[in-house]
Amino acid sequence: MKTFFDLSFRYKIPLWGSLLIVTTALAVSASLMLLDYDDLKQDLLISSSNLGRTLAKTLFSPLQQDDVWRVSEIVNAPLKRASGDNALQPEAILVVDKTMQVVVSTSPRAIPMLVGLRQLSSEYAALAAKIEEIHGDDSLIIDLPDSSRLYVVTPIADEGSFLGTLIIEYSRDMLLPRFYSAAWRGGLMGLLVLAVLLPINWYWGSRMSRPLVLLANRMGAIDSRGAAALQPEMYAYQDELGQLFDAYRRMIVEQERKEALERQMVQSERLAAVGRLAAGMAHEINNPLGGMLTAIDTLKSFGETDPRTAKTIALIERGLTQIGDTVGGLLVEARMKSRYLEPQDIEDVRSLVVPLARKKTLRVDWSASLAQPLPLQASLVRQILINLLLNAIHAADSRGRVACSVEFDAGILRMTVENDGKLLTEEQMTHLFEPFSPLSEDGHGLGLWMTYQIVQQLGGAISVDLHDGHMRFSVTLPSGTNT
Amino acid sequence: MLLFRNIFAGLGLLLLATSAWSAPNLRPVRVGLPHVIMDRQYILVEEWRLYLQAKLHRPVEFVIRRKDSDTMDQLRLENLDFAWISDYPYLRLKRQQPYIRLVAVPLYQGKPYFRSYLIVPAADDQTTSISQLKGMVFAYVDPYSTGGYVHPRHELWMAGEDPRRHFSKTFFTWSNRTVIEAVAQGLADGGAVDGFVWDSLAKTRPDLTGQTRVFANSTEYGVAPFIANRAVSGGDFRAMRRALLGMAKDPEASQLLTRLNLDGFVPGKAKLYEYLAKMLRDMDEE
Repeated sequence: MKTFFDLSFRYKIPLWGSLLIVTTALAVSASLMLLDYDDLKQDLLISSSNLGRTLAKTLFSPLQQDDVWRVSEIVNAPLKRASGDNALQPEAILVVDKTMQVVVSTSPRAIPMLVGLRQLSSEYAALAAKIEEIHGDDSLIIDLPDSSRLYVVTPIADEGSFLGTLIIEYSRDMLLPRFYSAAWRGGLMGLLVLAVLLPINWYWGSRMSRPLVLLANRMGAIDSRGAAALQPEMYAYQDELGQLFDAYRRMIVEQERKEALERQMVQSERLAAVGRLAAGMAHEINNPLGGMLTAIDTLKSFGETDPRTAKTIALIERGLTQIGDTVGGLLVEARMKSRYLEPQDIEDVRSLVVPLARKKTLRVDWSASLAQPLPLQASLVRQILINLLLNAIHAADSRGRVACSVEFDAGILRMTVENDGKLLTEEQMTHLFEPFSPLSEDGHGLGLWMTYQIVQQLGGAISVDLHDGHMRFSVTLPSGTNT
Repeated sequence: MLLFRNIFAGLGLLLLATSAWSAPNLRPVRVGLPHVIMDRQYILVEEWRLYLQAKLHRPVEFVIRRKDSDTMDQLRLENLDFAWISDYPYLRLKRQQPYIRLVAVPLYQGKPYFRSYLIVPAADDQTTSISQLKGMVFAYVDPYSTGGYVHPRHELWMAGEDPRRHFSKTFFTWSNRTVIEAVAQGLADGGAVDGFVWDSLAKTRPDLTGQTRVFANSTEYGVAPFIANRAVSGGDFRAMRRALLGMAKDPEASQLLTRLNLDGFVPGKAKLYEYLAKMLRDMDEE
């Protein structure tokens, strides 16, 4: 039984429905059959009493005249009807006189006239005893125990003159053929009903279970490969199932948001750790480096050096300067003071990059809506914007497009730069803002790193996403003023 | 189809007859027929009526009575002009009303005589004489039937038995055919019938006669006569006799005779009924 309850709703609902339909059909058929059997019995009682009364009335006169042949003709008439059409046909009819002696029977060979009813058999003796107890002149049905027959007994009497008794015998079995035919009809109707209802039920059941099964499959897949979305048209109704679909949809959205947040946090933490490491190392390197460069300076200004030594010193100096440059690149210091950002700064950046873009015959869509100076350091914002635009121009396809938009709204400066070049892979996106980015083919791979550090130090945020199928960098910077 | 042909033939006769009637409002001739002989042969009776109508040039009405005693009453009341009546009632009527005239007697197997058959159910292959049926149930035709009542009682009387006490029970079925049915069913252990009827039925309903066995037949006695009542004029009497005697020569009517299992009609004589009279005398039942 457990296995049945473990079945999918796809089978369970139709099976339960079928069980219910079959049970109902059986119950209805059975009760109809019982009713029919009762009707048959009632029919028998009515028709046999009617027959008894009619025959008894007709028999009075011939019996009075001892016209045995007329009596025989009268009792034989009901048996001569065509057999088969009337299941309620009597099996035999007897007429006995006052002393329980047979006057006429419809089977004279078995029950000849003049024989006493009591001498025929124990059953007839019991019947005779019952008949003698009867008072009144109406038909009576005598149901003897252990008898295969029913007896309908009618006194043959007129105005108090009693001549004898009419006995009509019915076989109990005769109801069976009619009952069977009724049962057969009932069964056939039942089958017909089943033939109509079962396919409907099966269709309804699978329709009912389909969304449930779908939901269950999707929920089962959440752990393994992330949740797949459910299209609203899969189940468009607002019943409990529809609410379940809605809830599932909301849950998926929540889940994705949470995962994105987690990814972002991990990334920022890593970048922060890398930043601290880089700054620490830069400081540690910068101190001795400054000393070494000062020493070389001193060495160059004092003392005669032979050309070989001078060449070596120059070599060391270039190397140390390169180290200093690199370390300086790593160590982004946003704390230097400069003037506030003005709308002209954005226009300056535009006039700087447009000639570069023209070399690649790129289209530049520019949209800047800055109307007033903002309390942001102009040189840092310019550096961010230039970095992003240079990258975009570099990445854009030849004859492609670069778009830039700068806007200020609700105290936040939002800059976006977009290009139609090759898309970044998931892996590349993850390590995008790290120093010595492998994306950089000809630079040192510190452009985006520096941009990121500057944005961080200004308390803003930088992100990359896909916008209309293009890579889009977005930077938001809080300006500290809301005007 | 035979039925329709017969009806058309009958209609043809009727048309002939109608043209022959000069006076349309002639009083119909009323003829009593015995139920015992004509039992259930309604089409045959109608065709015979049409034949007589055509021959007599007058309307003919047949009156079939269940019991011979009814026919006797009707003759006495002069409600009937002619009657085909059993021999026993004829004897009694003749004695009471000497004006009753014998018109014709039928010929059965070429002779104006019948026999009585004593029958038992086919299952009874022991009985060879009526004496063996002592204490049994016996079926008679009618108290006025020679073959179906007088003869079996005479047999018993001759054997020294009392016909009233020999059987445990006797009853009348009021026709020969039903005696055969009663014996076939087993309602009666034995019965007596006119042999003429049993032989006729043996041709048309062998299934019924097959359930019975004839164990004895009687001495010949006079066949049931066709008689005329007092009021019948000499002309009508002769016309009826001519019509009956002419049946055997008439192609249509001889068909009817064949179906009645008769050969024709002859003018009868009173001495045909002497044997019946003797039987009645023997039993003191005259």
